[in-house]
Amino acid sequence: MASVMEIYQLLPKTNCKECGKSTCMAFAVDLLARKVTVDDCPPLVNEAKYKSGYEKLSSMITPVDGVTDTGLIVHDEKCIGCGNCVVACPVNVANDPLGAGSGKAPTSDKVIFKVEDGVVKARNVQECRRFGENRILCVACIDTCPTKAIEFV
Amino acid sequence: MCTGCALLCDDIEVETEGDKVTVVHAACRKGVARMKGCSEPLECTVDAEGADMDTAIAKAASILRDAKNPLIFGHGNSSSEAQKISIGLARKTGAYIDDTSSFCQGPIVEAILQERLRTCTLDDVRHKADVIVFWGADPSNSHPRHLSRYSYFPRGKERQRGWEEDRKAITIDIRKSETAIICKDERFYQLPAGGDAEFMAALTNALSGKVPKTSFDLDSKRILGLSNIMKKAKFGAIFVGLGLVYSLEELDPLFALMDKLNEFSDFHLIPMVGQYNMRGFNHNLFAETGYINRLKFDGDSKELAHGPENSVVEVLRNKNIDAALIIGSDPLSSLPLSIARHLADIPLITIDPCNNLTTSRSAVTIPCALGGVESGGTAIRMDGVEVELKKIFDSDRLSDQEILKRITEAI
Ligand code: SF4
Ligand code: SF4
Ligand code: SF4
Ligand code: SF4
Repeated sequence: MASVMEIYQLLPKTNCKECGKSTCMAFAVDLLARKVTVDDCPPLVNEAKYKSGYEKLSSMITPVDGVTDTGLIVHDEKCIGCGNCVVACPVNVANDPLGAGSGKAPTSDKVIFKVEDGVVKARNVQECRRFGENRILCVACIDTCPTKAIEFV
Repeated sequence: MCTGCALLCDDIEVETEGDKVTVVHAACRKGVARMKGCSEPLECTVDAEGADMDTAIAKAASILRDAKNPLIFGHGNSSSEAQKISIGLARKTGAYIDDTSSFCQGPIVEAILQERLRTCTLDDVRHKADVIVFWGADPSNSHPRHLSRYSYFPRGKERQRGWEEDRKAITIDIRKSETAIICKDERFYQLPAGGDAEFMAALTNALSGKVPKTSFDLDSKRILGLSNIMKKAKFGAIFVGLGLVYSLEELDPLFALMDKLNEFSDFHLIPMVGQYNMRGFNHNLFAETGYINRLKFDGDSKELAHGPENSVVEVLRNKNIDAALIIGSDPLSSLPLSIARHLADIPLITIDPCNNLTTSRSAVTIPCALGGVESGGTAIRMDGVEVELKKIFDSDRLSDQEILKRITEAI
């Protein structure tokens, strides 16, 4: 997964504000969160000397649909439907101990992950441990995915 | 029930519209692909011309009747009922009979059936296992739901606290597989190709308190660390993949390791069987003949010959066969060309739901129902547990069981 610094390094770093942000750093943060796109930085698009930065960023920041409110993204094309995230997610375990928590198909509507047609679908993302008042840096779904199909931005 | 692999996941639900599966719940991508059916269904043909079922069956019967030494091969994707009829057909026609196990997991399944290796069920693994070893196996690719359903992530009766605290999963492989990445670097042992027997011996030494040495200089502290983890295991499970089977010339080092482990702990072994009912074929043939594969029946007498010379690979290499019936398998793509070449010279009969390279070269092709979707029966899971397959909907295609029965009757 790309980091803000990596993205920043590839931007013009001139803080020209053409994108509407006050600094290139601010733009990098928004780019990582997919709030803006690579094409929103005019100098990067138009000036030949930034061409390689533009190309690298374009391949690094793949467009994703359906970034959830909490920033959770599932890259459908990578997901193989193994269910590791379904079974490992502590929210799934707590809300569905005998189904998802025990390795079987989820039996509750309150789970975050569920596999449908061979690809994981995320719902109830507001329940994710990374958000809300008592947030913790949970990485259970990221660490257990064999194909790195889950990303938080 | 999903028949995408020998894990035979039984928690699948499907939504259907007419005779089409529209949405599949809980199955992995591999399973969904199988359940939604093939893109190119097989047609019923004789000599590459469309034919009706009766003609195709009559032609298949006459090929088998005329052949002196036919081969019946495949079976990994057939129900146990179909396999039993196939064994009867081989007996009747004096055929060679074999399946893919003769060049993959056969030796391991045989050692388990002969009670030379201790085994357990996948449910035992889920409820009890605290040390899990994937050896030459990459279930994240071959059996996608293995880790989530049974071997690593789920909670079980004696494993209530989740995988980080309750289980240790170890991967031993020649390359850093996706499974190895999930199990983390400190639990990954990378071996050079063919180094498995030596590593096994070193590990056995470590368990006996000797300094483990390998010619490839794997850190002996790490091997000792692994032996300590294994020694302390309450319930251990080793999943043997094809990587290991191909690398071992004989099973003795594995027997020695398992015996040693069981002096200290409680260790079990399960083969990572690929096709959904390959293990079933081994069990069914064993029950009837005492052998798991590589047999030649002698038509008139009740004699049978068993041995490596009767394996699919050897009979093809030595051109011993003059016709072949292939059920749910594609040997022209799965066997090396130099060996499979003989198949192109003899009349082939194939029974399969889908088109493949072998069906395209066959004298007779007979489409069958998709096991576990359009036809039911029983099958044996990779851990030896018998499960029932329920069909999801009716189809006008006959099951392989029915087709084999009609061919047998026609002979
Ligand atoms: S438009 Fe590009 S160069 Fe200018 S501030 Fe924004 S990110 Fe930086
Ligand atoms: S970060 Fe943790 S709580 Fe949130 S979805 Fe992933 S596993 Fe579940
Ligand atoms: S762990 Fe990864 S590959 Fe497996 S179901 Fe979840 S997102 Fe898909
Ligand atoms: S792991 Fe195997 S049996 Fe289970 S859903 Fe996937 S293909 Fe089907």
